Parts: sequence; structure tokens; C-alpha cells
Amino acid sequence: MTLVLENVELSFDGFCVLNKINLTVETGEFVCLLGPSGCGKTSTLRVCAGLETPKTGRVIVDGHVMTDGHFVLPPEKRKIGFLFQDFALFPHLNVFDNVAFGLKGMAKAKIKERVEEVLKQVQMEKYAPALPHMLSGGQQQRVALARALAPKPDIILLDEPFSGLDSGLRAEIRDETLHVLKTSNVAAVMVTHDPEEAMFMADRIVLMKAGNIVQDGTPVDLYSKPVDHFAASFFGEVNILKGVIKDNKAQTVLGAVDTVGFSDGEKVDVLVRPQNIKLRRLSNDQKERANSHIEAARYLGRESLLHIRLEDPSGETTHIHARIDGQMLPREEEIFTAEMDVESALVFRAS
Amino acid sequence: MFAYPAKLKKLKTINGWTLFTLISALIIASPVLVVLSHVFMPSGDVWAHLADTVLSRYIYNSIVLLLGVGLGTLVVGTGCAWLVTMCDFPGRKIFEWALLLPLAVPAYVIAYTYTGLLDYAGPVQETLRLVFGWTSARDYWFPEIRSLWGATTMFTLVLYPYVYMLSRAAFLEQSICVLEVSRTLGRTPFQAFKDVAFPLARPAIAAGSALALMETLNDFGTVHFFAVDTFTTGIYRTWFGLGEPTAAAQLGACLLIFIVSLIALERYSRGQAAYHHTTVRYRALRKLQLSKPKQIISFVSCFLPVLLGFILPAGILLNWALATTEWWLNWQFWGFAFNSFILSFVAALLAVILAVLMAYGTRLHPSFWTKLGVRAASIGYAVPGSVLAVGIMLPFAWTDNFIDSWAREYLGISTGLILSGTIVAVVFAYVVRFLSVSFNAIEAGLGKVTKNMDCAARTLGHGPAETLRKVHLPLIRASMFSASILVFVDVMKELPATMIMRPFNFTTLAVRTFELASDEQLAEASSAALAIVIVGIIPVIMISRTIAKSRPGHES
Repeated sequence: MTLVLENVELSFDGFCVLNKINLTVETGEFVCLLGPSGCGKTSTLRVCAGLETPKTGRVIVDGHVMTDGHFVLPPEKRKIGFLFQDFALFPHLNVFDNVAFGLKGMAKAKIKERVEEVLKQVQMEKYAPALPHMLSGGQQQRVALARALAPKPDIILLDEPFSGLDSGLRAEIRDETLHVLKTSNVAAVMVTHDPEEAMFMADRIVLMKAGNIVQDGTPVDLYSKPVDHFAASFFGEVNILKGVIKDNKAQTVLGAVDTVGFSDGEKVDVLVRPQNIKLRRLSNDQKERANSHIEAARYLGRESLLHIRLEDPSGETTHIHARIDGQMLPREEEIFTAEMDVESALVFRAS
Repeated sequence: MFAYPAKLKKLKTINGWTLFTLISALIIASPVLVVLSHVFMPSGDVWAHLADTVLSRYIYNSIVLLLGVGLGTLVVGTGCAWLVTMCDFPGRKIFEWALLLPLAVPAYVIAYTYTGLLDYAGPVQETLRLVFGWTSARDYWFPEIRSLWGATTMFTLVLYPYVYMLSRAAFLEQSICVLEVSRTLGRTPFQAFKDVAFPLARPAIAAGSALALMETLNDFGTVHFFAVDTFTTGIYRTWFGLGEPTAAAQLGACLLIFIVSLIALERYSRGQAAYHHTTVRYRALRKLQLSKPKQIISFVSCFLPVLLGFILPAGILLNWALATTEWWLNWQFWGFAFNSFILSFVAALLAVILAVLMAYGTRLHPSFWTKLGVRAASIGYAVPGSVLAVGIMLPFAWTDNFIDSWAREYLGISTGLILSGTIVAVVFAYVVRFLSVSFNAIEAGLGKVTKNMDCAARTLGHGPAETLRKVHLPLIRASMFSASILVFVDVMKELPATMIMRPFNFTTLAVRTFELASDEQLAEASSAALAIVIVGIIPVIMISRTIAKSRPGHES
């Protein structure tokens, strides 16, 4: 059961929301659409479900065309489950009837059997007669999940399903949801703006920006091999060092980084994450070799955050952040030299 | 190659729901369009005749009436709203809802009642004559109730609640913070009202006044009874007296254009004064503590409108009804009541069904055209019943004649009148006039159902119609109920359209009241009038409960 989006374009009132999106989700795969708000990730999800109809492009589920710009299959005929951000439980129906809502044309006994089965799966079997407003946020989320899974969809779409929950509960529900979905063996597409959540849940992450897919790959790929500044900075803070190519190396104030595919004299940005900055304490007689000055040091518990001013020989300064082991909080007047982990540094053309 | 499922639908620019919404809107707006289309139609020298004789009087009376009612409702409505919202005095809690009661009394009913009370043969003048020994009308001066000022007073007494209701809601929304700031900047409580609270509430007050003025222009019973010639009576007379439907439609078009500009002006002024609350800190209003004399003045100021607008007329009606039991303890009276009930019931049912379908259609496919259609269909509320009657009767008569002549020619039979002069025409008029009442209530109800509810139902395998049935209808049941009550009562009170369009010999309570009153049988008319007032209290109760519930800063 694969879900394929081919060159999907969507616009509202002439404003382009999705720009030729191509995406494939395989059976049992868990894909996260990640991006800042307004990047088109929720619109992509709604296109898959049939809640929005793209102007051009095709949506294909298991070899069946759902829409191709001329014809469209309405959402009620698609058998795709959808979990909403606000859960959207029907307030006038109890938990049982909410879950049974999608089970049409089945015998009463069969419906009862199936509803009890999914409620048990999400550990809500005791709440069948309760009305939605009597449930806590976490319980509502579980019921919504059960309701989406009840008709046994081949694909389930999740639109920021945990953002309505407070942080303690979120981790727990997230964990449970992942297990429920993995045991159901459905293809799942989840929208989130939280990179940590995406890495926790996803087999694959699709990073989006302004209606385009920036990068599509495994969490490791996105974190360690981002394709550009945006992708790199989305997964955490990065320091940007200015550099110039010389002998296939990017020369920066913190040393040289090996590069491929740049020509001599080209200006580049070298991106280093704060945890990949290392400090070496210098003795007083090595003072001349010091390139950095600590402007502030803050103890954050597990680690410490240092604000560092770098000075290159020409006198130009750069402000960077470093995260180091929390035990070692340097005094502000101490003299250090900063170094970067060259292996993890990323080189991009200067923006 | 990919397979195409059999159930694929062609992507259409227009779908069933949109089409239904647009066609319904067109049908509902058609009477207005018919009236407006008559502007450019030649009507011979009727206009010259009208202009020479009565037109200036129509214009003068209508304008004086509007100015008087506008000023009267503004002073009484805003003043009372300010007193009960901002000040503390005995009886304030009761006045909060009691001030709405005159809304239950149609203007023509209060006009008949006060005429019965104050004219020459009435108890007031009789008592005066008895006390002072006067023997005839020449011996003393007494204000003539059947006059322009009398009509203005009658309208003010029953229409001020519109202004009261909306301005009070606006005052309640204001935070005490801005008022306290103005006090610390050296304003007295009254100056704070004048300089801060009143300007802030201006959009709401303007909306309330606009409603009151529209009701004034709609009225037929009062001005006809008082022989104050306005546009409304003019339309009636031009059509039925002079037999000039085209000229009547043109008079109607003039009135309509005037009303539309009034609404546009109100919208424009509201757009100019779209104040937003600058403070998010909301604190409940603390009431001003008044001195004893001021408390008495406040009490009297609030009591007078209730006394004159409801207690007195309702009391008189009750008194008369009890004295004329033979006029309502008979089958004929209950037949009229049944007619009223059936008309109101059918109209309310249709208006609610249509409103649900149109509101849901717009919700499914919101577009420029559906929104425009819904707007056009809502204009009926601003159209006076007599103008509406012209706009409906002209095309209906034309259709009837067309079908009749066709049937005669090809089938050899006469079909007679199918649409005009039947219940169909009357019910259609009600639906056109009161659709916006039900539409607003239904739309507000639907607005509370989140869009994700629709999406959830759709992804769980339910089509649009099934979603409406299984999700929306159960959720908006309360809105549908209150919408139908509002339309029911409005139809019950409606007079001009019913008068003009009803089938021969078909009488409702409102028509019965009008007929008996026209024959100077005021006491005999009381039972029908009282029945209308009693039914009219229902929405007043509903409105006051809604206001009490939606008060910010208080328990919700």
C-alpha cells in the first residue's frame, strides 16, 4: 500500500501553497512532514486525505488515482484515516459512538467487536459510555486515534496530534501512539514543527519550506548531512563562520575544512554546531596564540553555554556559542583557544 | 499505468450545493429585484399626479417620523442601557430584562390601545370631563393621539428595546478600565459616559437605531390607523386605490433605495468606527453608587418606558379582553388563531430548512458568489412588507395569467389563480422577509461547529449530506429551535404583507386586530391583539436569557 504524490500544486486565492510536491510513502512506513508554520505541511496532508483538491498533479494510493487535476475522489471514499490537532471528537456522541462513526454498513455485533478491539488497543475500553467533554486531553487523543484506526485504513494522517497536550503527557502519548501505529502496520504521515518529535517518531523526515520540499531522508541524514543553511539550522543552533576556499579547503578563523566541488577564492559559510566547538585552556606564556575571548559563561545544568568572541589576525570579530560539559565552567578572564570538530563542520556557498 | 476508481467525480467549477444556494438566493431576492427593475419602467402621468398631490406629504411624514423615532429610541434606549449597566438603584436587576418587554407589542397594537385610552370617548378624557364639568371637545384642549407625534411616540415606546439591547451589550463589553482612566483624567461619571462609553458603543447604537428605523418604515397598521400618510400607506393606496401597480412598485423602489442607503451609511460609519478594545484586562463593571434623589430619578426613568410600552397597554388589552369574552370564547376566534399558527409554523419551518441548507452550502464551498447570494437573500428583512408584497404579486400575477392563457389556448380550460392570492404567496413573502432572521441564528450555530468536525466525518466515510445529518444537525439543534421561534413570532406579528396578499376571506389574528380596530371596535380587537403580545413575549425571554449568559467577566 503506497501513497504517491506527483507534482502536486495547490494555491489559495492565487497564493501558491504547494509547489510541485513529490512524495512516496511505503507500507508500514512512518514519515514526518517537518517545517515551520506556513510551509505547506498541513496542506500536503489535507491533499492526501482529499480535504483539499490540488490544481494540478496526481495523488495515487495503491495504484489507484485519487485525483489528477481533472477528476477527484471525495474524502469519504478514500479510506484514509485522519487524526486532527484538536482531535475533533463529536461532542454529541459518546466514546463508543465516536469510534463507531466510521464503521458503516457492518452488522451491529461486528461494530461492537471492532470498537471494543480498538478501544482496548488505546487502553480506553472503560470509557465507552463517556462523552468527550468528560475526558482529559490525553484521553481525547487516544479516542481520536481509535476512531481513525477503527475502519482499518491503510494510511493514517496525523496533523500535529500532540501539540494540544502538556509536555509531560506528550512524551507518554507519543510513545503509545508510535507503538499502536507500528502494531497496526499502517503507512503513517505525521505533520509536526518540532524536529525532536519528528526524529523520535519518523522512519523518514521530509523537511519543507514555503511550499517546497527541502530535504527528504532519514533522521540521521537530515541531522548530519543537511542540504543547506535552513536544514542545518532547523535541527538546532549552528554557528556560521565565514571562509574562503584555498587548495580545496575552506579557511576559517578556527582552521581549515576539507571541501569538494568549490573553486579557489570562492566565499563559503562553514556551519558548526555549538557542541562541536572545543576549548583548550592556554597557559600565560601561550597568550599570543589565543584566538578567543569568553564574553559570558552560563551554567545550564547538564552543560554550559559559552558566548565567545573570535578574533582573526586581520582583527575581524565573530560571535559564536559553544556548549561544553557542565562541570567545567571557565572563569571569564581565563585564556582559551577555540577549535572546531572539523569532521562535523558543514560547508555551503555563502548566502 | 494507474487504475482509476469507478467513483471518481469530475472536478466541476460549480457543484450541487453551490447551485442550490445560488438558486435559492436568487428566488429569495427576486421580489426585491422586481421592485427595483420598475424604476425605469414608464408609468404614464401617475407620477406627475402623485408628485402634484401626495408625494411631498409622504416624504415629509416619513422623514419626520424617522427623525422622531430615531431620536426617541436613541435617548430612551441608550439612557436606560447606561443606567442599568453602570448604576446601582432599586429594581435594576428587574429592569435589565423588563426593559425588553415592549418588544413583544407590535406598533399597531399599542396604537390601538392608546387610542382607546386617550381619544374623545376614552376613559381619560371622560374622567377629565366629569371632574371639570366640560361638556364637549370645544371646552378644553387635549393632545390628539392620531397624529404624527402620536405615531412617533407609539414607535418609540415599542422600538427603543432594539437600541437598548445592542447598546447594553456594547456597554457590558467595555472594560471598566477605560472608564476609570477617564475618571482619573478629570471626567465626571456623566462626562465619562458622554466622552468615552458612548463613542465606543456608537457602532452598536447605530445598528440598534437602524433596526428601529427599518421597523418604522415597515409599519402599516399604525400609520394607516392614525391617517399619517407615509410611503408605506402610499404604496398600498397607489396600488389598490388608484389601481397603479407600476407606480406602486416605483414608490416601493424609492423606499428601498432609501433603506439601502441607510444601511450602507450605518455600515460605513461602523467601518469608520471599528474600535478595538485596547486593553485585554477585563474587569467586571463596578456600579456607581447613587444618592437617594438620583436613585429615584433612575428608577422612574427606567420604569416609565416599561410602564408605557408594556404594562399599561397589556393591562388595558387584558381588561378589554376580559370584558369582551364573547369575542374570543367562540370557534371563529380560534379559527383565526389556528390560521396564524399554521402560517407561522409553515413559514418558520421553511425559513429554518432553507437557512440550514444555504448556510451549509456556503460553508462547504465558500466563494464570492455564494457569499453575495446569501447577502442578497438576507436583504428581505430590510424590505417593508408592503414593498415586498408588490414585488411578489406582480410576477405571480404575470405567471398566473401566462399559465391560464396557455391552458385556455391548448387545453381549453381555465386554471385561474394558482400562485397569487393563495397561501403559497403569503408564505413565500414571510420566508423572503424573515429568512435573514433564521439565517443569522443558524450561521452562528454552525460557526460553533469547528471545520475539523466536517473533515473528521468526511475522512470517516460520510458524504456532505450525511455529515450534515449526523454531525451538524444534532449540534445546532438549539440554534434551529431558537431560529424557528424567532421567525414564528415575527410572522405572527406581521401585518402589511399579510393584509395585501392573503387569500380572500382568510383571516389571521393580526388581520383580525387590524380589521376590528379600523372599524373602531377597539375593545373587540383586544383578544386577538393580546394573543399576539403573549406569543411575542417568548422571544423576549429567549433574548434576555442569551444576554445574561454571554456576559464577559461574569460566570459563563
